[in-house]
Amino acid sequence: MKTDIILAGVGGQGILSIAASLGAAALNENYYLKQAETHGMSQRGGAVVSHLRIADHPIYSDLIPTGQADLILSVEPMESLRYLPYLSPQGSLVTNTAGFVNISNYPDLENTFDELSKKINIIRIDADQIAKETGNPKASNMVMLGAASPFIAIHEEIIIKGIETIFKAKGEKIVEMNVEAFKAGRAFSLNKC
Amino acid sequence: MQRNLLLGVEAIGQAAIDAGISGVYAYPGTPSTEITEYIQNNRLARERNIHREWSANEKTALEAALGMSYAGKRTMACMKHVGLNVAADVFMNMAITGINGGLVVAVADDPSQHSSQNEQDSRFYGKFAMIPVFEPSNQQEAYDMTYEAFAFSEKAGLPVMMRIPTRLAHSRSGVVQKMVQTENPLKMPENLMQFMLLPVYGRKYYQNLLDKQDWLAELSEESAYNQYFEGKEKSLGIVCCGITYNYLMENYPNGNCPYPVVKIAHYPVPQKLLQKLENECDELLVVEEGYPLVEELLTDFFGKGTKVSGRLDGTLPRRGELNPDHLAKALGRELEEPLQIPDTLVGRPPSLCAGCGHQDTYEALNEVIAEVGNGRVFSDIGCYTLGALPPYNTINTCVDMGASITMAKGAADAGLSPVFAVIGDSTFTHSGITGLLDCVVEKSNVNILIVDNETVAMTGGQDSSAKGRIEKICEGVGVAPEHIRLFVPLKKNHDEIVKIIREEIAYNGVSVIIGRRECVQRIAKMKRLHKKEAAKNGQ
Ligand SMILES: Cc1ncc(C[n+]2csc(CCOP(=O)(O)OP(=O)(O)O)c2C)c(N)n1
Ligand code: SF4
Repeated sequence: MKTDIILAGVGGQGILSIAASLGAAALNENYYLKQAETHGMSQRGGAVVSHLRIADHPIYSDLIPTGQADLILSVEPMESLRYLPYLSPQGSLVTNTAGFVNISNYPDLENTFDELSKKINIIRIDADQIAKETGNPKASNMVMLGAASPFIAIHEEIIIKGIETIFKAKGEKIVEMNVEAFKAGRAFSLNKC
Repeated sequence: MQRNLLLGVEAIGQAAIDAGISGVYAYPGTPSTEITEYIQNNRLARERNIHREWSANEKTALEAALGMSYAGKRTMACMKHVGLNVAADVFMNMAITGINGGLVVAVADDPSQHSSQNEQDSRFYGKFAMIPVFEPSNQQEAYDMTYEAFAFSEKAGLPVMMRIPTRLAHSRSGVVQKMVQTENPLKMPENLMQFMLLPVYGRKYYQNLLDKQDWLAELSEESAYNQYFEGKEKSLGIVCCGITYNYLMENYPNGNCPYPVVKIAHYPVPQKLLQKLENECDELLVVEEGYPLVEELLTDFFGKGTKVSGRLDGTLPRRGELNPDHLAKALGRELEEPLQIPDTLVGRPPSLCAGCGHQDTYEALNEVIAEVGNGRVFSDIGCYTLGALPPYNTINTCVDMGASITMAKGAADAGLSPVFAVIGDSTFTHSGITGLLDCVVEKSNVNILIVDNETVAMTGGQDSSAKGRIEKICEGVGVAPEHIRLFVPLKKNHDEIVKIIREEIAYNGVSVIIGRRECVQRIAKMKRLHKKEAAKNGQ
């Protein structure tokens, strides 16, 4: 078993809590994990990416080789495209549709995604909206994780345990809201598949 | 066994604590910053009251670490690669004095310059100083080798360098920890002249260092971290340094690389292992992150011996971080055509945060520059360096920390007028004060803007040594008090800021103009911390 994931977004959008949840899940299951992050200038609205690799056998490289990612999980639509060369042709791209527009030349992406969906499996989800509907606008990350979860080779229950682990310190209510968000995202994807 | 998910840098921090350090000394710098931050936030480190405050710069940090080692305690200094340039004086000389308590210098290199001015390779410094260098290939090794480095340092009587690249620094994996050791007792050096480098002593100690080299080479040979992996296919022997071993093995998912491989993680290089590889194989491929240090060593000057390939002959790229794809290509593997990035994609360069005071400073400065002509703003390193990019295009230089003031001085000496230096508060106390003194001594005609956001913002909002001290420092150095001006970088103050700058250009001498407003990210960070503290105390 192995899942190689490219996590993409913009600095400050918090892709790290997605990574942390999966990390906790992997650790609980005694899986091997490597997760390479972008640090540095990330506070200031630049592109950020994390390579997350989970397997039931030792992992060598911290970086995913070109064309081998099983999944691009992006919390921002344009950012999901930046790392396409990493994606395996059999892989899936799961992206938020809510754009983070902090540049003047932000492109219209409709055609691009239409073209791309002829080649690869794409799930586009308005995670911000769904997060609002579940009553926790801040949990759009967990909606995204839920939407991507059918493509991750870790059982749903174990990912939920991972979410519980990382939000535990913030209280039961926060845990519950994040798990709800995760489930809503997952339901959305399963309906599409 | 319990595994913790740790970044490479965190593994180093944890290992140092577990090895019983009594102090960490550091100045922030990506990708090394989190080593110290990890120790600052660690419970045992707090309980033991391990020294963990930031130093003013890398030189002061390393010197303080040497002082702690003098007193018999274990200690670590951390910095980014260019930080070692600043600390190079003490670094080179402490190889000659040797150490008392175990001393580790953790240096994080930044191949591909993710957030640095260059991609210099710190292993050259290690070789230059003739001390052991450890270069772990993964997070567990980062932990284990750091843990062992302190005892090794004490055994060798020398400082040990831990060298890691960005990719290992900022990648997480499961790490198993070892037993926590007690701290060393206070213990003076046996020879009270050990740290006295008057030439009469220095010559002797340098000879001692030279005499140790063969022994250090033997220790490398025996090191469990330098390994020989047999392989049936002898047409090629591969030498992998540090993290590059993973990039090689990624191409052999079952671990069965057909070629013999020497993995190096402990320098000086293990000669016998390399000799064995050369004897067995027709050609060698050297794979290293950074400059071609080992490759140069093995490359045959007169071209009569074994062919060596790597970064120098173009088998691997000459510059930049390596990855598994580079190795695949070097080994002649065909890669499938990857998915293409659509043309619609545009860049998303970093920019100053909404509400950042640096913006207001640049708006005002630009108005004055429009009057006096551009090309005269010498600047420095920090968030404010983004003022080089649109929409501001204000600043013209960024070379090394502190160079804004001294370069402005040199240009003023040459006759350029007016000239500006734009420098951050932390950069000012890191390396700007001595340059300011030069200006004062010579009454140079410079206008120095200290953009004071009361933190080290660029590296994540650490405490700045400059906080609350800048005016006093400037006065103490000898700047005329009436030419130390203060403004608050806010839109509504635009006209006032422009006026102050104009007035100071009119003055033929040293002007220091301080724009002070706290970084908005730092404010948010402190709020988060307080909330966390409050939640903890509430429970
Ligand atoms: C010798 C050296 N040490 C550390 C760094 C990393 N670094 C870059 S900018 C910076 C500090 C910037 O702080 P400040 O001058 O206050 O500017 P700010 O980012 O807060 O605007 C640091 C530590 C470096 N580039 N060179
Ligand atoms: S982190 Fe602070 S100093 Fe840096 S751009 Fe943002 S607000 Fe400005």
